[in-house]
Amino acid sequence: MSNVFILADFMGGVVTKTTSELATLAARIGGVTAVVLAENGRGSALASSLVGPISNIIIVENEGFNKHGVAASADALAQLINERKPSALLVASHAFGKELAGRVAVQIESGLITDAVDVGADLTVTQLVFGGSTTVRSKVSHGCAIITLRPKSIEANTHCATPTLENVSITISESAKKAIVNSTEPPVKGGRPDLTEADIVVSGGRGTNGDFSAVEAFADALGGAVGASRAATDAGWYPHSHQVGQTGRTVSPQLYVACGISGAIQHRAGMQTSKTIVVINKDTEAPIFEIADFGVVGDLFAVLPKATEGITARKS
Amino acid sequence: MKIAVCVKQVPDSWAEKKMVNGRLDRVNVDAVLNDLDEYAIEEALQIVEAHGGNREDGPHRVTLISMGPERASEALRKGLSMGANDAVLITDPALAGSDALATSKILAHVISQGGFDLVICGTESTDARMSVIPAMIAARLGWAQLTFAGSVEVDPSAAKVSITRVTEAGVDAMSANFPAVISVVEKINEPRYPSFKGIMAAKKKTIATKDLATIGASAQSAWSVVVDATPRPARALGVKIVDDGSAAEKLVNFLVERKLI
Repeated sequence: MSNVFILADFMGGVVTKTTSELATLAARIGGVTAVVLAENGRGSALASSLVGPISNIIIVENEGFNKHGVAASADALAQLINERKPSALLVASHAFGKELAGRVAVQIESGLITDAVDVGADLTVTQLVFGGSTTVRSKVSHGCAIITLRPKSIEANTHCATPTLENVSITISESAKKAIVNSTEPPVKGGRPDLTEADIVVSGGRGTNGDFSAVEAFADALGGAVGASRAATDAGWYPHSHQVGQTGRTVSPQLYVACGISGAIQHRAGMQTSKTIVVINKDTEAPIFEIADFGVVGDLFAVLPKATEGITARKS
Repeated sequence: MKIAVCVKQVPDSWAEKKMVNGRLDRVNVDAVLNDLDEYAIEEALQIVEAHGGNREDGPHRVTLISMGPERASEALRKGLSMGANDAVLITDPALAGSDALATSKILAHVISQGGFDLVICGTESTDARMSVIPAMIAARLGWAQLTFAGSVEVDPSAAKVSITRVTEAGVDAMSANFPAVISVVEKINEPRYPSFKGIMAAKKKTIATKDLATIGASAQSAWSVVVDATPRPARALGVKIVDDGSAAEKLVNFLVERKLI
């Protein structure tokens, strides 16, 4: 049986759900080895937090991972792959994961496919391209198949195997130490779920006029995350880290509620694969209505508070 | 300071994109300069302007580098009219269908011949959206990778550059010595519109068009192959109501029906 590597994915030192999704896909292909890249002394704690069908965990501890960023992690992983020769490497699709995958691909001379929404047992990769309008299936044709997976694309198997643990020490190449990370500020964590991992996302745009209170209250009633259009983040109404769309975050929740967002193609590219889309907009001509499962032509400040009340009443 | 800015010509964001024989049809669409690359050009210009500008007889230069079909010179011309000094276009029939690995190999090859201190890129192209080219170029050259920059500070006398890296993982303060590869996010600046003077001046600037033989490189085939590409069916038409005071209730009922609450 072939061996498949996944890179265990952490955000702010906590394992993400994406890690289980990576393991689930990898288990279709072969035996799963999860690689944990950690700062000194943190490896076993991180390894014990992994959930999913994982048979082996390789722990690499090195102070260089925090000090030198993507390049150091990619260099360590490339060295491991050159030594162990897995048939594939699966990594989470975010800024760090994609850049790491790109560097590993260069270093081990292997093909790369990003933003997969599915991977078959024969390593056929499915992607949604051009803002979700086209489904492309492709395969890596050279070397180890390096694939980045979009979070929340598949149902994760959270069954826990008892993996074997192995500690490996690696010397990071000098050429991967050229950039220095002087300080790191983790993202501001509110009480709401992370945008990428949330099952429900409520987003506000120009129509909020800078007042996100109704959007936030509705999101909280649903237990969802808050997103924003580029118009809203550019205006300084909401932090850039919440921007949904091309160059922002790509989300694929069960429910996406677009409030006062016209639906420029750049915004749609970041949310079009949501399972159910609800739109509230004053302008009946807004292009976002074209992709709405349920559209309300109306004032978000009238509709949202009443709907929030209705949901709260149902829950109590 | 010599700064290279890597740019790409892409189909207009609003154009309907189609796959033909496993490749994006680039012929039958309106093509424009990748709008995310405009932030990279603007940042390069602001860096040189903060240190005396990029006059032809001065010490600082901004060079655009692109790989693509001959018509990509239109995208380069726009960058020149913003204020870049000159441009290089690598064009060769053997490069059609290149993947990110093949593209980064050619770009890194050209950069290594130019004696540059900094390379600046946008974070991604709006067609492929991979976000990997800057990291791949840095890996190939063995240069510092300072990507997803929300701000850039350059100290030419110390040959040092510092950035803040802005991603979903937080904000990192990073620094490195020259040479370095930088990518900039769109929040970093407001790209200038080419002035009439800039457009006229750009007509006299050089776009050096080179093929593979001229740069001494060979094409590498794509390391992934498309099995098939199918247009996705349009979403089924949904319900659309005009709020007469009862829309909130109807919305809640819809969410209940869909088992979303």
